[in-house]
Amino acid sequence: MTWIVRNLWLIPALPLLAAALSALAHRRHRLFAASAAIGSMTLSLLLCLIAFAEVLRLVSQEHIARLPFNFDWFQVGSEWLKLGWVLDPLTAVMLVMVSFVGLLIFIYSVGYMAHDDNFTRFFCFLSLFAGAMLGLVIANSLLLLFICWEIVGLTSYLLIGFWYQKPSAASAAKKAFITTRIGDLAFLLGMVWLYSQAGTLLFYNYGAGCLEQAALMKLVTQTTSLGIAASTGIALLIFCGAIGKSGQVPLHVWLPDAMEGPTPVSALIHAATMVAAGVFLVARAYPLMAAHGGGLGLSLASAPALKVVTWVGAITAVFAASIAVAQDDIKRILAYSTVSQLGYMMLGLGVGGVAVGMFHLITHAFFKALLFMGAGSVIHGCHEEQSIRRMGGLRKLMPITFATYAVGMLALCGFPLLFSGFWSKDAILHAASTWGVSRTPFYLATLGVLLTAFYMTRQVLYVFFGESRRPEAHATSPHESPGIMTLPLVILAGCSVLLGLIGTPAWPWFSAFINGQHARFELRGFAESGVLTVMFSSTAVLLIGLGIGWLLYSNRLNAESASPDAFEQFSPSLFNLLRNGWFVDTFYGATFVRSAAWFSDACDWLDRWVFNGMIHLISRLTLGASRLSRSTDAFAVNRTFDQSCRGAALSGRLLSRLQRGRVQSYLQIIGIAFAGFVLFLIWGHHG
Amino acid sequence: MKAFPFLSVLTAVPLVGAIAILALGDRRKDRARPIALAFSLIALAMTFVLYRRFDSASGELQFQEWHAWIPSLGAEYHLGIDGLGLVMLLLSALVVTMSIAASSKIREREEVYFSLVLFLQAGLFGTFTALNFFHWFIFWELSLIPAFFLIQLWGGPRRAAAATQFLVYTMAGSVALLLAFLALFQCTGTFDFPRLAELAQGGQLVPALAAHLTWHSFTPEQFALLLFGGVFLGFAVKVPLIPFHTWLPAAYTEAPTATTMLLTGAMSKMGVYGFLRIVLPIFSPQLRTVLTPLLWLGVCTVVLSAFAALAQKDLKRILAYSSINHLGYCMLGIFTSASLTGNSVALTTAKVADLDGVILQMFNHGLTAATLFWFVALLETRSGGLRSLNDFGGIRKVTPVFSGLMGIALFSSLGLPGLNGFIGEFLIFRGVFPLATWAAALALIGLLVTAIFILGILQRVFSGPLNERWSNMPDLTVAERLALLPPIGLMFALGIFPQLVLGIINSTVIRLVQQVRY
Repeated sequence: MTWIVRNLWLIPALPLLAAALSALAHRRHRLFAASAAIGSMTLSLLLCLIAFAEVLRLVSQEHIARLPFNFDWFQVGSEWLKLGWVLDPLTAVMLVMVSFVGLLIFIYSVGYMAHDDNFTRFFCFLSLFAGAMLGLVIANSLLLLFICWEIVGLTSYLLIGFWYQKPSAASAAKKAFITTRIGDLAFLLGMVWLYSQAGTLLFYNYGAGCLEQAALMKLVTQTTSLGIAASTGIALLIFCGAIGKSGQVPLHVWLPDAMEGPTPVSALIHAATMVAAGVFLVARAYPLMAAHGGGLGLSLASAPALKVVTWVGAITAVFAASIAVAQDDIKRILAYSTVSQLGYMMLGLGVGGVAVGMFHLITHAFFKALLFMGAGSVIHGCHEEQSIRRMGGLRKLMPITFATYAVGMLALCGFPLLFSGFWSKDAILHAASTWGVSRTPFYLATLGVLLTAFYMTRQVLYVFFGESRRPEAHATSPHESPGIMTLPLVILAGCSVLLGLIGTPAWPWFSAFINGQHARFELRGFAESGVLTVMFSSTAVLLIGLGIGWLLYSNRLNAESASPDAFEQFSPSLFNLLRNGWFVDTFYGATFVRSAAWFSDACDWLDRWVFNGMIHLISRLTLGASRLSRSTDAFAVNRTFDQSCRGAALSGRLLSRLQRGRVQSYLQIIGIAFAGFVLFLIWGHHG
Repeated sequence: MKAFPFLSVLTAVPLVGAIAILALGDRRKDRARPIALAFSLIALAMTFVLYRRFDSASGELQFQEWHAWIPSLGAEYHLGIDGLGLVMLLLSALVVTMSIAASSKIREREEVYFSLVLFLQAGLFGTFTALNFFHWFIFWELSLIPAFFLIQLWGGPRRAAAATQFLVYTMAGSVALLLAFLALFQCTGTFDFPRLAELAQGGQLVPALAAHLTWHSFTPEQFALLLFGGVFLGFAVKVPLIPFHTWLPAAYTEAPTATTMLLTGAMSKMGVYGFLRIVLPIFSPQLRTVLTPLLWLGVCTVVLSAFAALAQKDLKRILAYSSINHLGYCMLGIFTSASLTGNSVALTTAKVADLDGVILQMFNHGLTAATLFWFVALLETRSGGLRSLNDFGGIRKVTPVFSGLMGIALFSSLGLPGLNGFIGEFLIFRGVFPLATWAAALALIGLLVTAIFILGILQRVFSGPLNERWSNMPDLTVAERLALLPPIGLMFALGIFPQLVLGIINSTVIRLVQQVRY
């Protein structure tokens, strides 16, 4: 076992250490916090690259490129619960992506957050996030993955609510945590189920892990009372966690609100890395997801869990894209776009396997981080203005931002040949077109391409073209951002173009690497049935989307910011429906939130009146009974009335002495009694 | 040569402290708190020595002391601890120390207050070490009386009603417990817990009942169930299980906050301890016959208390209901571990996980809840007694350290992985799931609602625009930070190394699971 496998834990440990140190640092130590975060992240990136090289070496030597390292954590009965980490192509790819994008965003944040009072705390949270996210990636145990998963959720909560004085930020943070927790609890249930069935939560343990043949065979043969295999039930519960974290329908509502956080947070956590963790989870647990009664992953189409993944992904892809069409906030458009793209990744996993979904995850991480950081640069330049209706004409004022943003936009739309998004999205579309169960996901995904092209065109036209529509109150004009912010943009733009080269049909290096194989360069890859057809049709759809966007918005660019949107004029009711996100939030508010509030009031009422009422009833009855007995006593024992009078007077005196509040006397009695008790025991000893 | 009577001495330490403080009288009452703190630290150090000397590889009772006392009454002086007892001793010593450290606000009759606290500690130590019902019951009641006076004399505006309700409720439970044990004694001639457990596991308990108790057409099994009911009631009130819980919100809210730390941190564990020490080894078959209704009670406790917490405005009331909720998970774990599973290895492992989780959860809840109430006490001293959710807002701006540390404690209570609360709950769910899947699934609602009300506290107290009234609120002093460091540090330590506790209890739990198999 090589050095890097044994010491893989250093990769998450370094940012965690930086987080701990800057948590203890004083608010003034800004330079220290930033350099600790960036320094540790750089070191982590180096280690990630070493790990990546190690996997490359193993793959090239045709070794089994999966190296787990497990250790004991705690004792349960005769067994030890083990945790561990694993180095395989999936880990390696994610590690490099997370640490590289993370490092760029850390650098960008130095510029973006320069004027914030809580700069130190910001870098503390960012480092904590990076550590937990990297831990999630290397985890070789579902439990360790879950632990990191929750800590990542915590940092997301902390960073969405970073500007805690804004009530909207505080409530968005809470909403994000609660919504994802709904999924996480199902995940927890799936995990304890898996643990009790397979007896282990390690993924890989030289044949004894829960993702390996023996355990899976056991899981697929056991059926539950619901008639589905245990493996399917577990896989679906775990997938619920992914639905929450990756903002899939119906738990997508938190992600647009999460844009209350600072923009670097949106770029890093709510676009590139954390929200992709759900996709990563499905990829990691793929053997389980693909397991079904007919054999282990022989034909993907018949695995019930993957069918669910496919449908959820396809529906989310279109649903979120349709909402993005009618948003005005630059970050909310990107947020819905992220939800939609995550849907594509899920779709890719469902129909095409790990490599297809993961490839889109990686390319998306780069161009979406680019878009968010570009949006951040725009917001920064426009003095915290976020509505695209009040922007305009920024092309000339912010040239670098514009150029890089255009690259990101074209990559997101999947513009042919030059841009990475084209290759990764086409792989998904191609896989969907060959899915044996239904063609509908393919049509949905194609519709999504149209919508994506449309809303991105709308956004770019509003922001960068035409004349400025800013209200006159702003004296200073927009300006280009400093170099520390534009440099990461340029690097990411480069990646958004070049990354496509590793996953073309002619040279499918990425999917070969994920599967631990060699890739050969063969132009015949294009000739495979359907590949070119899908490419041409998706390109045509894309151009239609761009065209509609251009037709609708290019001649209205100089209109007043308050005037209705072109699409709104076209169909006000549809626009309103989409702007409000199909009223999903309203629906949840009217049903779940309200019934929870009602139920909690009911519980409180139950407590105060029913349970407590019963107690009061019993005490009244007891009191009544004792009064009754006293009065019968008084009459029956009337003859000794005088005596009882005297007795009452005596006891009254005694009682009043107690009630004078002299607890000391009471305590002295207790004390003396106990001293006596102890002495008695000691004598009992000798006796 | 006789072994050093460690456990007797341990119980005597707070007792001596209490009497010493009382002997001081009210002339030098400013010394009361330092003396109490010193005694509680001595006790803490002694429990730590016990921890070092304890053989964790053995699940047997250790440090046993056994002396004949009143043979005709079956009263023997029998002490001993296993992993469970040791964890409880560590917890009580810790919580009492924290409570004394947190009670700087007590300004009247300090000498009485602190001697009562030490009396209470002696009661706790006695309860967690006694193995004979006779003196165990004395300690059980001894801990009740100081708690009553602490609420009655130093409590909030409606303390009288709260204290009375607390006393009457627990007394009623205790009476049921006492009657059940008297009947047991009459039939078996012994008050000794291990011996009663042996009888029950040997199947001799019901025949013994049959030989001594007859009443109309009652079968011995029904008598056994009746006795179980009595014992159950005594402990269910103490834990508490819904619907035996209505004393708790009032008592926790009205008690001075430092006393609430004792009530929730240590005393609420007495009930759960009773279930583990007495009910499971002696009454498992009876528990099993009413398992499903009991599981429903457990699920209702978890879910209803969480929802009730959501409806509260007073921080102490929220935390009080949260306490009921957390101990509800323990009850679910205990009930399911009594289910009959035959020789299935997988289900036996589930039971072990279950009870490991229960004991870990007891420790974690004690630590976290006591710390949270401590934070409430600190907040009250700064706000002049205000503690409603609506009284604050945005105070994170002026008290960043306080908010950060209390945030850690709140997330620990929420069960965030990496902090102490998670592993206990994970193990309980891991155990309950295969044994009673529906109960585990329903109890998840409790976990969700807990997250909602805890984030509600964070949102309404710490976030939002600063309430101008608190713009001069002082942050934690250096002394307060230092005092809070150990509990916060322990939360991290146990979150990362749960083996610190699990290592002590594991052998005990294996033995207990074997005992429950009869």
